[in-house]
Amino acid sequence: MNIVVCVKHIPDPNLPAEMDGKTLKREGVQGVMDPGDEFGVEAGLQIKERLATGDGESGEGEVTLVSMGPAAAMEAVRRGLSMGADKGVLVSDDVLKGSDALATAKVLSAAIQKNGAFDLVIAGVESTDGYTGTLPGTLAEFLGVPHVSTVKEIVSADGGTLKVNRQTADGYHVVEVGLPAVISVTAGVNEPRYASFKGIMAAKKKPVEQLSLSDLDLSGDDVAVKQEVTELSKAEEREGGEIIEDDGSAAAKIADFLKEAKVI
Amino acid sequence: MISSDLNDDGMYMEIQTAIRDLCSRFPSSYWRELDESRMYPERFVEALTDAGWLSILIPERYGGGGRSLSEASIVLEEINASGGNAAACHGQMYTMAPILRHGSEEQRERYLPEIAKGQLRLQAFAMTEQDSGSDITRIRTSAVREGDSYIINGQKVFTSRVQHSDLMLLLARTTKRENQSRSTDGLSLFIIDLRQAGDTIEVNPIKTMFNHETNEVLIRNLKTNSSQLIGEEGKGFSYVLDGFNAERILLAAECVGDGRWFCAKGAEYATHREVFDRPIGRNQGVQFPLARAYASVTAAGLMRRSAAGLFDAGHPCGPEANMAKLLASEAAWQAANACLDTHGGYGFAAEYDVERKFRETRLYQTAPIANNLVLAYIGHHVMGMPRSY
Ligand SMILES: Cc1cc2nc3c(=O)[nH]c(=O)nc-3n(C[C@H](O)[C@H](O)[C@H](O)COP(=O)(O)OP(=O)(O)OC[C@H]3O[C@@H](n4cnc5c(N)ncnc54)[C@H](O)[C@@H]3O)c2cc1C
Repeated sequence: MNIVVCVKHIPDPNLPAEMDGKTLKREGVQGVMDPGDEFGVEAGLQIKERLATGDGESGEGEVTLVSMGPAAAMEAVRRGLSMGADKGVLVSDDVLKGSDALATAKVLSAAIQKNGAFDLVIAGVESTDGYTGTLPGTLAEFLGVPHVSTVKEIVSADGGTLKVNRQTADGYHVVEVGLPAVISVTAGVNEPRYASFKGIMAAKKKPVEQLSLSDLDLSGDDVAVKQEVTELSKAEEREGGEIIEDDGSAAAKIADFLKEAKVI
Repeated sequence: MISSDLNDDGMYMEIQTAIRDLCSRFPSSYWRELDESRMYPERFVEALTDAGWLSILIPERYGGGGRSLSEASIVLEEINASGGNAAACHGQMYTMAPILRHGSEEQRERYLPEIAKGQLRLQAFAMTEQDSGSDITRIRTSAVREGDSYIINGQKVFTSRVQHSDLMLLLARTTKRENQSRSTDGLSLFIIDLRQAGDTIEVNPIKTMFNHETNEVLIRNLKTNSSQLIGEEGKGFSYVLDGFNAERILLAAECVGDGRWFCAKGAEYATHREVFDRPIGRNQGVQFPLARAYASVTAAGLMRRSAAGLFDAGHPCGPEANMAKLLASEAAWQAANACLDTHGGYGFAAEYDVERKFRETRLYQTAPIANNLVLAYIGHHVMGMPRSY
């Protein structure tokens, strides 16, 4: 099975964000692979490994990482390769600086198609910098395949279908989808492995194809920014919360509150 | 946060990221619980071993990573900077050095690949004895040749990690000190297979102020084959000396890691703790000790870098390695105190981890070599002043 995992290089979310006008400053700041994408890489690797050891279809196939970003995004690709992915594709082009989610989806879909036949594309539910959450669905549309969002567990995978549990507000859906398809995975779908020393050394020898926009037969117009950030304001400080004095009914009140919040 | 001072090319950053990632799976609560129960960080050491980090100094031809000391030092630095304690396993990284550098090819083939695979632990080094202390040439443990074997008798103290090791290096006298023209001659280094030692070795744990497995080791008529002797009989002390520089540099890196942890923890607390209607870090009495400690830790990091660079290039680096250990252990201690002071009473509360790290980092000024002895070395060997030892 050929699996593609989308990975994004983002400014380290553990450091205070710096702005460049109305967009996030991306150059000259410490970057990392989006922590949300580690789950995607792990999911891809696990499916590949499961197929390799299971008695179903043989484990032939590869996990390919696809990323769009500045040259520094190579770090995110290498990171995924050192976790165990087989190869990478990085699309870098000055024209793409400041791209919106729509343009990103267009570019990623072109890169995925150029890479060859695929069975499954995995992305994180949303990025940890932009948080639009629109990319996986848009990507599926461009690729012309179904999309299953917010996957919290991958139940089974074989050559033709994928069975997953999909997080909903009050539980989960069990979804079976024919492949090829795009899925977006939640943080917590698995525990991403860390790179081992051998993994890091092996990653140095794995191929990463570097593509520009013209390699994808796309022009500047195709990826023109259609979305504009008109205003930025600071998030409101959280308020102090509600204090429940215990007059004997506190436990019940807290339980009601949690039910309302759909936590229990 | 103080970034690593070795980040000029490739592998350093990658190692740093990978170790940070691995350590993030072992949060401070993990270390705190172990500290309370005085347990060995088995799961952590296993993870580190499996990922290949403890064997990166073993050459590739024996299945190790074949990386430089500078790179290895990042591993230990990051463990301590994450809030953990590398002392539980640093021995596994460098105790094999005498085998690698002075062992026979047969010994290397027998041990290094298994150590590299993580199937064999060599992380105990029995050198110190009660009656000789820092004056190692006066150790009394003896190894007497009998045909093809040596019979070893003696008593070691502060032998760390024996209970979590398969092999142990042991320094013993093969010729009496008074029968040697030089006090440093007549000492020999052995590889002891603890799994076969039976009741010839008795291990008595020594309780210390931190979670560090260290022991008194009594050796009674331990018979070991002469094939377990490293290098030549009588030359053991020079082999030990030979490994000192690497050990000093690696420990300096651990101290730098501790120093970074204390500075970051202190700065964070100083910024958020409000007393008298303002963050305490606005008071220079709180801010400056942390800033000063940060400068010391950074400077010590540079000394360690310089020493590691010389070591990796194959140059003599005794003065630099010793100065790195001295400065880094002092800088870590300075940072520890600034961090503790910043935390007020909470610094003493276990759940803040400060008191634990405080206890742990204190060791580096005393072991594996007391800083006085480092100063004596610098004063005499480097600066040419009269000898005190
Ligand atoms: C937790 C722990 C783990 C250890 N692990 C190991 C281990 O795995 N293997 C091992 O072999 N050893 C180990 N040691 C022992 C350690 O290396 C020694 O404690 C250290 O070398 C100091 O020796 P000593 O304790 O006998 O002190 P002493 O030599 O008795 O020194 C006592 C004091 O006198 C000072 N002093 C002595 N001589 C001089 C001098 N000439 N000039 C100035 N000052 C002097 C010292 O600086 C020190 O302050 C460990 C120790 C500890 C505490």
